[in-house]
Order: sequence, then structure tokens, then C-alpha cells
Amino acid sequence: MEILMAVVIGILFMSATYLMLSKSILRIIIGTGLLSHGAHLLILTMGGLKRGSVPLLSEQANSYVDPLPQALILTAIVISFGVTSFFLVLAYRTYQEFGTDNMDRLRGKEANE
Amino acid sequence: MNNIVFLPVLLPLLTGIVLLFFSKSIKFQRVFSVLSVLAGILLAVMLVGKVHGQGILTLQVGSWEAPFGIVIVADMLASLLVLTTNLIGFAIIVYSFYSIGKERERFYYYAIFQFLLVGVNGAFLTGDIFNLFVFFEVMLMASYVLLALGGTKPQLRESLKYILVNVISSALFVITVAYLYSVVGTLNMADISRKIAKIDQPGIVTVIAVSFLIVFGLKGAIFPLFFWLPGSYYAPPIPIIALFGALLTKVGIYSILRTYTLLFYHDQGYTHQLLGILALLTIIVGVIGAVGYWDMKKIIIYNIVIAIGVIIFGISLMNQQSLSGSIFYIIHDMIIKAALFLLIGIIIKITGTNNLREISGLIKAYPYVGWTFFIAAISLVGIPPFSGFAGKLLILQGAVKAGSYIGMAVILLSSLMVLYSLMKIFINGFWGIPRAYPDADRVPVKMLLLPAVLLVGVSIVYGFGTEAMYPFISQATEPLIDPGIYINAVLKE
Repeated sequence: MEILMAVVIGILFMSATYLMLSKSILRIIIGTGLLSHGAHLLILTMGGLKRGSVPLLSEQANSYVDPLPQALILTAIVISFGVTSFFLVLAYRTYQEFGTDNMDRLRGKEANE
Repeated sequence: MNNIVFLPVLLPLLTGIVLLFFSKSIKFQRVFSVLSVLAGILLAVMLVGKVHGQGILTLQVGSWEAPFGIVIVADMLASLLVLTTNLIGFAIIVYSFYSIGKERERFYYYAIFQFLLVGVNGAFLTGDIFNLFVFFEVMLMASYVLLALGGTKPQLRESLKYILVNVISSALFVITVAYLYSVVGTLNMADISRKIAKIDQPGIVTVIAVSFLIVFGLKGAIFPLFFWLPGSYYAPPIPIIALFGALLTKVGIYSILRTYTLLFYHDQGYTHQLLGILALLTIIVGVIGAVGYWDMKKIIIYNIVIAIGVIIFGISLMNQQSLSGSIFYIIHDMIIKAALFLLIGIIIKITGTNNLREISGLIKAYPYVGWTFFIAAISLVGIPPFSGFAGKLLILQGAVKAGSYIGMAVILLSSLMVLYSLMKIFINGFWGIPRAYPDADRVPVKMLLLPAVLLVGVSIVYGFGTEAMYPFISQATEPLIDPGIYINAVLKE
């Protein structure tokens, strides 16, 4: 199971890298979304995917899955939500201001401020 | 109780929250944020005093025993950095009164400023690797907003790039923490260190160490990963650049210092040699940039890169002298970089240009600005009585001890080039024939100069008081040389 997940996460990272290297801002943001999906799945996988009950004490099971990675993921998810929404609004503002979403045309030169 | 350990984080957090409610009353915001930072300085001084007396202080948040709960650790290094952070924060807030502009102040500038201090102080004080990630995000989130605040074209353009780079490095941070967790099964740094010592750093841990180097190198701008820094630090207004230049990269450096002395010190042949080579390349790149530009902001920005290289080189040598040197130098560099940015900010305000070729002869009309800049410049270079000297001397002694003569030569030559780049600003800007600048009369030079003079004054005291500072620095170095001290303090064995 872990091997399958590792391959899937690898594909996610691959797609994320490809998208982030493209020119359009929106593609780049979609790439960051995929990257954080990959990272979150990786935490889950690295915590171990052994069989066990959900981490609720009321289940009274013999074994539970590791609760720590789930808490880490939850934290990482909200953080990346926050950052992504800021990033999206910033991209929107940049589009309004510059009239382009092409990263090539957003190059900084000292003279053209 | 040891609650004082957490107060440097709590205080700016509460201040920031209160400031959110009073965004329209600029006067209240100014007074309140200055009072809060002053209290922060006081707290940090108390913390340093207490750590000096009692050794490493720890606070187990929520009274959960060490490896299971989050633990906040104040050793001497963290306390000194918190003190420096608050000092710089104070100077920059005062400088902001006269330079940031009403529009930005009305849009939560001071509140976000406080949140940035929360992130920086938290990152210095935490003893948990995932908590470090969270504090990094607090700091970065605040820095995104500060960078974009105002919404001018260059700011928008550069914050896009800055955010992208940091989103990637944060994802890498999460990935690296996931790998580390799967190897050692814990997140507490002292416990991680103990577990790694038990398995004697196999290959996978070295891979994780290098991944951490990439993550923190992206935050701290070391050689192949510094590409975002010159553009991003060029865009925002001067007080914000000063804040970034003094604090943000240094948190990355601090994290490298912490992880490479506490966690990954078993296989130094590979990791620390890599660190050393990258450090020297960082210095060389920084020197090329600093010498090449005729733009004052760019020159100081590339000087940040040089200083990062010097500090990292000290870390890579891993002996008593070089680590003390790095600590000496990091504190000096934070203070003096903030001061230099504030000073060139004054020059830019007066002349209305960054370009050195368009200004000259300022010393006639602004002698105090000129001589303060001069002192700051020679402090940065490390002319003996001033503050940059002791750090570099110790790093060089460490290099001699480790037999790294190439590194020594690079650092000494880089000092010369730093001197050249700063004297270029001084000679072109302050000497020569005075010119007329249309906006010069409207600039409140005295008020702007005050915080810069404060910082330069602190650095002079720091330089002349090297002897008095040394016990603190050597206490900060002890847990870096012997991680056992840190581990015992946290896990109470």
C-alpha cells in the first residue's frame, strides 16, 4: 500500500513541478495546490498505513491508526488554504494591475518601475 | 513557573490582535505598538538574565511531558536572538512613523508587524520541529502581506515570486518533516537528536539533513537558492526591507545552525563540508553583486548574502571558536543591516533616487547622516573596535584550527570587497560637489535618523563591550558543541 501511495505522490509532485514551471500564473497556483496535496498525502503515508481503528477512544479497538500525522496534516492543510487564498487574490490583483498573467511579462527591470 | 519563556511570543500576538480592532486610529496604533515592543525588550532582557543565571529554561506547554507535548526552549542563543529581534523591531517601528505613510498605517501595518515578530520570536524559541514549521508560516504569512501592502506594481510583481518560492520551500519543509518522522517517530528536537544518536545517522538521515539544508537555504538565501532575494527585497518600502533583511533570512540561518548542531552532527564529513562549500560560494556571489551595482539598495541587499555566507561558514567548521564567531556575527549583522537599510532609506528620501551616480555632496548638509553611515559601514566590515570584528576574528580562528585556509582567504577578501562596496556609497554619496534636491526640505531627517543612531549605538556598545558579551556568547555556544546539555534540559533525564 505504501509503495502505491509513494508512486501516486511522486506523480503528484511531478505534475506540480511541471505546472509550476509554466508561464501562466493560474497554472502555477494549480501546481502549488497539487504540491500541497502531495505533501499532505506524504505525511499520511510516512506515518504508516497499517490497519487500525479510527483514532477515537470510544471505538475501544485493539489498535488505532497513528493520530499524530493526521493532526499535522490538518495544520498543514489550513495553512496552505490561507496561503493559497492570499496567492489567488494577489494573482487577481496583479492581473488587474498589469493586464497579463504571463510570468515572462512580469519580469523586473530596475528601469521600468 | 517558567512562563516567561513564552511571553516574547505571547506579547506581540496579543498586541497584534488588539491592534486589529483599532485600525483607523493611527495614534493609538503607534503608541500601543511602541509600548508593546518596549515591554518585549524588557522581557527579553529578563529572559537573557534568567537564562544566564539558571541555564537553559524550558516550558512544557500544557504540562505534557517533553517528547509528547510541545516544548518551548530558551537557551542563551535563542534568548539573545529574541532580544536582538525586539530591539530591531523597536527601531523600525519608530522609523515607520515618519516614513511608511498614513495609507499603509491604516491598513493594519502595525498589527502585521507584530505578527511577524510573533513568527520570528516563536521560531527562535520553539523546541519542536513541526512547531518550527508553523512559526515559519506565521512569519512568512506576515511577510507576504507586508511585502504586498500598498499594492504598487513592483511590489505585486515581486510578491508573486516571493510567495511562490516560499510555498515551494514550505511544502519541502513538510515533506522533510514527514520523512524525518517516519525514520525517528518523534517531532521534539531533543528527542529526535537522541534517536538519531541511537541509530548513528544512517544514509537516510543524511539525505534528510540535506533536504533541511535546501529548505532553510531557500528561506535563508544561501548560494544556489538565493535567486529570489535581490528582487523581492528591492520592492517594498525601506522599513519593511530593513525588517526583512535583518530578521527573515537570519531565522533560516538559525534553523540551519540548530538542526546541524543538534540533530545532524554525526556524519560531518559530508553534510558540514557541503555547508562549507556552499557558504564560500554564497560569499563569492554576494561579493560580485555588492561590487557590481550602483544602486544603494542592491548593494546592501547583496551584503546580506555575503553575511549569510560568513555565518554559515562559521557553522560548517563546527568548533568552539567558529560557532562563537557565528553567534557573535549573526547578532551584529542583524543590528547593523537594519541600521544600514534605515540609513540608505534616509538618503533615498532626501535625494529621491537609488542611483549613486545621481547623488553627491550630502556631507555638507547632512553631516550626522554621513558619519553615522560611516560608522555603520566600518562596523559591518569589521574594523577592530567596532562590532563586526570579534565575530569574524573568531570565525577565522576557527578556520585556522580546522585548516581551512581557502575559506579564510575568501572571508578576508570578502571583507575588503564589503568595505569597497560601502565606501562606494559613502564616497559617491557624501563627498563631492553638493547638489540641490527638490524634496529634501520636507524630509524629517532628525526623526528618521534617531532609530538608526540607536541601532548603530547598540552595535558600538556591542563592539566595545565584546569582553562583557563573551560570557553570554560562550554560554550560547555550549549546547551547540555538546547537544547533550540541550537534550538533558528538555527531557530532564
